[in-house]
Amino acid sequence: MNREKTVSRREKSEFLWGWLFLLPTMTGLIILNIIPIFQTIYQSFFKTGAFGKGNVFIGLGNYSKLLQDGTVWQALWNTFKYALVEVPFSIAIALVLAVILNGKIKGRSIWRTIYFLPMVAAPAAVAMVWRWLYNSEFGLINHLLNRIGLSSVNWISDPGIAYISVAIVGIWSVIGYNMVLFFAGLQEIPRDYYEAAEIDGAGGVKQFFYITLPLISPTMFFVTVTRVIGAMQVFDSIYMMMEKSNPALVKTQSLVYLFYKYSFVEGNKGYGSAIVMLLLLVILLITVIQLLCQKKWVNYN
Amino acid sequence: MDKDRKFKSVLQYFVLAAGSVVMLVPFLWMILTAFKTASEATQMNPFIIFPSVWRKDAFLSVMSKMNFLRLYYNTLVLIIERVVCAVLTATMAGYAFGRLHFKGKNLAFSLVLFQMMVPSQIFIIPQYLMVGRLGLLNTSFGLLFPGLVTAFGTFLLRQAYMGLPASLEEAARLDGCNIGQAFLYVMAPLTKSSMVALGIFTALFAFKELMWPLVVNTEQNTMPLSAALAKLQGQFVTNYPELMAASLLACIPMVIIYLIFQKQFIEGIATSGGKL
Repeated sequence: MNREKTVSRREKSEFLWGWLFLLPTMTGLIILNIIPIFQTIYQSFFKTGAFGKGNVFIGLGNYSKLLQDGTVWQALWNTFKYALVEVPFSIAIALVLAVILNGKIKGRSIWRTIYFLPMVAAPAAVAMVWRWLYNSEFGLINHLLNRIGLSSVNWISDPGIAYISVAIVGIWSVIGYNMVLFFAGLQEIPRDYYEAAEIDGAGGVKQFFYITLPLISPTMFFVTVTRVIGAMQVFDSIYMMMEKSNPALVKTQSLVYLFYKYSFVEGNKGYGSAIVMLLLLVILLITVIQLLCQKKWVNYN
Repeated sequence: MDKDRKFKSVLQYFVLAAGSVVMLVPFLWMILTAFKTASEATQMNPFIIFPSVWRKDAFLSVMSKMNFLRLYYNTLVLIIERVVCAVLTATMAGYAFGRLHFKGKNLAFSLVLFQMMVPSQIFIIPQYLMVGRLGLLNTSFGLLFPGLVTAFGTFLLRQAYMGLPASLEEAARLDGCNIGQAFLYVMAPLTKSSMVALGIFTALFAFKELMWPLVVNTEQNTMPLSAALAKLQGQFVTNYPELMAASLLACIPMVIIYLIFQKQFIEGIATSGGKL
């Protein structure tokens, strides 16, 4: 009897303290995130005029417009293309670097510091300097190409190349971040695995494919999922590098870029909301597919 | 065998060095261009790598167009507010999620996970309209607004609390601590490294965020650095030394802080992982 009382008193106190601790976060989350999701869905059924005037209910109008809007599908395709360049390269390069740094290397912390440096630079500044490097007339990159006898490239105004140029900036920016995550994962692989492999006569390449890769697959999975989500939301570099008059913009602008343009430049928040719903759907789909595929290649032992 | 190993080691250093050049050249080019004149920067024949005279004209000119002290101040205020809010709220919520058992916890936690899975652009229009309705556009509160709480930080701290042994808390309770005291005196101090990781992550994200400040604070004197840089480019598209000088001024404080606390930065990011 007495014991029951203490238990229930403790339960009651955990309940009170628990919700007290959760109060700020849950209030904030509901006001800042949960309610806005429903508001965005709601907004996507309205046509909004400039300056937020004239909120007219049009039902699924924005969605049927979206389905027929070639620029939106092009933007979705652009976003995929960007992700297909950025994600594999940033992961592969970062993994190679992390493996090298995990070996017997002098000055490990200096190398790490250098590769991580772009992570602490403002994306606006990063985009500006790359735009300057890419400049077709005066840029350093074309100058170096000319030096070795190659002709200049219109890095950010050639519709067939601009998305790659933007993706290179993305890769450059995120390599250090991926590398740090891989490095942390590699550190957890016991050294004796490699020593045992060495005794068995397995070389570096074999060790990489039979020890490193399977054991780092959980980190790889995490990095891939987060990088894909990040790449699908690319905005800063495109916004900063591509001028509105740039002929390559149509073939480069991402879904989030269009979302920003419709919502905040043209003031059509209804259509912007519909675009962001499309983005949500695409990201959820890709993430679910990745979660399903994970069993095939991720090794949790 | 020995020769093989030597070759491998040389190759590794070569790869690291070549990669480092690629990582550093944009920064070096930013610095070199910032000290040139506009005509030096765009001269092709001969191509100029080092400025003939290291001029600070571009810096002076860009500082007359942008109030950098104000921008640094706005950015610093934003970072401090975001870090304090994130660490405080996430430490409390993380403890509740990680250590306490009570009704409604799982439902609440599913909201946290849900928020983390949804792309953040989905919140922006309603958040912007809320700030507008409160009459707080172009204020430091407007900038802070989406960062008042953090689902990601809550998740991170929950993981940290779950990793602590149960015996500590029981000992504290046997000593007569109530839950609040056990949290404050025993448990919270043990998650310091996760708090630091969250703080660094939050600060970096606040510094790098672009779309929200562009949307919510459109007046020059209330902007943070990121948005001001974006606006600058729109105004002076072709004066590269000025653009590079502004970029350099925007990057330098964070780079210096990073170089001093690089260990904490890198470890913080490694433990927090997260989405950036």
